[in-house]
Amino acid sequence: MEWVNSIVQGVLLGGLYALFAAGLSLIFGVMRLVNIAHGDLIVLAAYLGLTTTIALGVHPLASLMIVVPAMAAIGYVLQRGVLNRTLGDDILPPLLVTFGLSVIIQNGLLEVYTADSQKMNAGAIETASLEVAGGISLGVLPLIMFATAVAVIAGLQLVFYRTALGRAFRATSDNQDIAQLMGLNKAHVFGLAMALSLAVVGIAGVFLGIRTSFDPAIGPGRLIFGFEAVIIGGLGNLWGTLAGGIILGVSQNIGAQIHPGWQTLAGHLAFLFVLAVRPRGLFPRIEG
Amino acid sequence: MPEALLETRALDAFYGDFQALFDVSVTVAPGEVLAIIGANGAGKTTLMRCVAGLLTNAADMVAFKGRPIGSMRADQVAQLGIAMVPEGRQLFPSLSVEENLVIGGQVGRSGPWTLRAVYALFPVLEERRDMPPTTLSGGQQQMVAIGRALMANPEMLLFDEISLGLAPIVIKTIYDALPEIIREGTSAIIVEQDITKAIAVSDRVYCLQEGRIALESASADASRDAIARAYFGT
Amino acid sequence: MSAADNHIVARASPASRIAAFIGVLLLIGLIAAPWWAGRADMRLISEICLYVALASLWNLLAGYAGLVSVGQQAFVGLGGYFLFAATIFFGVPPLAAIPLAAAAGAALAVPIAVLIFRLRGAYFAIGTWVVAEVFRLVFAQVSALGGGSGTSLPAGIVKGIAASRSLREAYTYWMALGLAVLVVAVVYMLLRSRRGLALTAIRDNELAATSLGIDIWRTKFFVYVISAALTASVGALIFLQKLRISPDAAFSVNDWTAFVIFIVVIGGIGTIEGPIIGTILFFLLRETLADLGTTYLLVLGFVAIAVMLRAPKGLWGYVKDKTGLELFALTRRVVPKA
Repeated sequence: MEWVNSIVQGVLLGGLYALFAAGLSLIFGVMRLVNIAHGDLIVLAAYLGLTTTIALGVHPLASLMIVVPAMAAIGYVLQRGVLNRTLGDDILPPLLVTFGLSVIIQNGLLEVYTADSQKMNAGAIETASLEVAGGISLGVLPLIMFATAVAVIAGLQLVFYRTALGRAFRATSDNQDIAQLMGLNKAHVFGLAMALSLAVVGIAGVFLGIRTSFDPAIGPGRLIFGFEAVIIGGLGNLWGTLAGGIILGVSQNIGAQIHPGWQTLAGHLAFLFVLAVRPRGLFPRIEG
Repeated sequence: MPEALLETRALDAFYGDFQALFDVSVTVAPGEVLAIIGANGAGKTTLMRCVAGLLTNAADMVAFKGRPIGSMRADQVAQLGIAMVPEGRQLFPSLSVEENLVIGGQVGRSGPWTLRAVYALFPVLEERRDMPPTTLSGGQQQMVAIGRALMANPEMLLFDEISLGLAPIVIKTIYDALPEIIREGTSAIIVEQDITKAIAVSDRVYCLQEGRIALESASADASRDAIARAYFGT
Repeated sequence: MSAADNHIVARASPASRIAAFIGVLLLIGLIAAPWWAGRADMRLISEICLYVALASLWNLLAGYAGLVSVGQQAFVGLGGYFLFAATIFFGVPPLAAIPLAAAAGAALAVPIAVLIFRLRGAYFAIGTWVVAEVFRLVFAQVSALGGGSGTSLPAGIVKGIAASRSLREAYTYWMALGLAVLVVAVVYMLLRSRRGLALTAIRDNELAATSLGIDIWRTKFFVYVISAALTASVGALIFLQKLRISPDAAFSVNDWTAFVIFIVVIGGIGTIEGPIIGTILFFLLRETLADLGTTYLLVLGFVAIAVMLRAPKGLWGYVKDKTGLELFALTRRVVPKA
């Protein structure tokens, strides 16, 4: 029973990892950019949530109303101001610039918030749970997070395949020059893609901050989880990314069940295993 | 002579250190169809890219309705009413046929060309509207590329290598549709390898040779000999 | 008479000859450091040497082979832990463990490369990071080496290097200097060899290189394994000097990769001189801003971004473009016969 329970909890955890991953997957799909600072931006969002909660005295989930638009704005400005200038045939500039950004965000957070670990208190909802058959109980909060993750993925899918914005994303991803000929300003399109990516990061960050304690140094770890979910699921497939997140979450929980020190390690090993047997992920769609 | 719709003025163009165009001055009057001919590497595509804004130059090297556009980005140029059918079609593989057409209309210019009008012109596209363009034949893909440009309701249409790589029967279909495509009031520049076809559809013809204009003539007056000399530089 | 008869292909230039001469003088001065420098100075020079080695190796990977790794700490930490394990459990003399660490690094690099070479570009970068994390988490589980909190090198082993402290420090100092020289020499020789030409071809145009019959995978694989081996040696020496190891220190992405990347970017990626100049700049910056704590890292991040955007070839690339100067003779030129 313990095993079934840890697998079920792992599935729910996978939703959070899918949220870490969705933004990463989105911008890679649109502009082939891998944002090394992605994890640190998640942590930044968690701190923004914390500050909003304290300053306005609102529930952490309500802070999403502020954090999500704020992160989207940061994303747009970051893309137009800095990242657009790094895009081109050479993969080194975007990699190194986002790497520099990662160091800046980490140390900036350290200056402002110190290295102390923080957590957002969501009140009674944190301990609330639903009793399911067989003695398994599902936390209400993890359930909300998982449902949100599914909704976010579905929403992104809808935007991508059913709206003018998504059409612009796909066209620009296919051929930047020809997309320009259609009157699309790629600098703006990329800015919107990053804004959307960081809006998702905003949700992920607030959820992270409610679920666990966080400090300025944990960003790279979140980047790696998100990255693993993307690769396990297969590049360019958002539902695959959700599946990847779930596989990662379940692997980690099974690892932890065997030995407490093996939680993260088991996730990494699952990733390396998938890489060994299915190098293009389980549900690939686009070429890396 | 009416005022030019589009003009290039002593246009020079570079790819890095390599100069592809030298002092190229071309004018297109409203409603006029211009043909640009020349050997491979003569600079025809470069000229198209300069006009469309894919290569930027000094602002006044290209003018549209008297307004300098040489330094504008391609998306800004597109919004002014210049649309291009690029060499090799270059459709968006991630978009369906219909989406490829719709995105062409996204510049937000109104006019006679709508999805319905394009489907009326090329009925086969309506049958394939939900397919990815990669499943279409070369000729059908060219129809999508033309339809995509028309959806912008442009005042100026650029056709780069309109018949390159297409079967003769397909080329004939496309050329038969040309009068319908280039309606009254719309100007066009057609880059074409087939000199006979180019001269037949155009009002005037320019021949480029190694980045320079080697010949400019009314199409009706262009003699075979003069073209051959301009083409090969003999 | 054709031009070929009175011209020769040369690589050395007056600048490279002068640089070689100054380099030899500098090296002699540095070898003699135990007789003229204080302990703190020698420590600093050692550290500079080790960073020159790490930066040169990362530059070989990213600047020449196009393998942008953010996981080189995997091999630094591996080398360190190898030294501790070999000396503590098997009684290997510490100085002998340093070359052996290279063998261990190479042996592990082979399967790792087979696996992560499946990832391209930036995803390769994060893949290398995952591997380093796996190493960190695995070593944190090894209780014989202190688990998560790490362990110190027993005094008996330390004394085994040499009886007196000053002699021990001189030995490890010479090792650091020797490793830096060795690494730069290996990178230089590699780039001058046929493989080096292949690397340059790959960097300039992967597709064209393939059509010339260059096996890209094998060339990259070779470079990856070589740099892993040497990085492991450097790691072994780093932790021999520190005398203490823990998973977090051994596999620190900041210390062994972030700083190294900043050094190479600021100095000039894709040149042999860049990492050396970058290291000197890095230490100058560090010594000046050391009191600022985290602000120093913020400044470093901003400098790296600014360099990447404004002068992507770094300081040395800028100098090279302006002057054509090359201190390590690599470029082949056609010059008139004397």
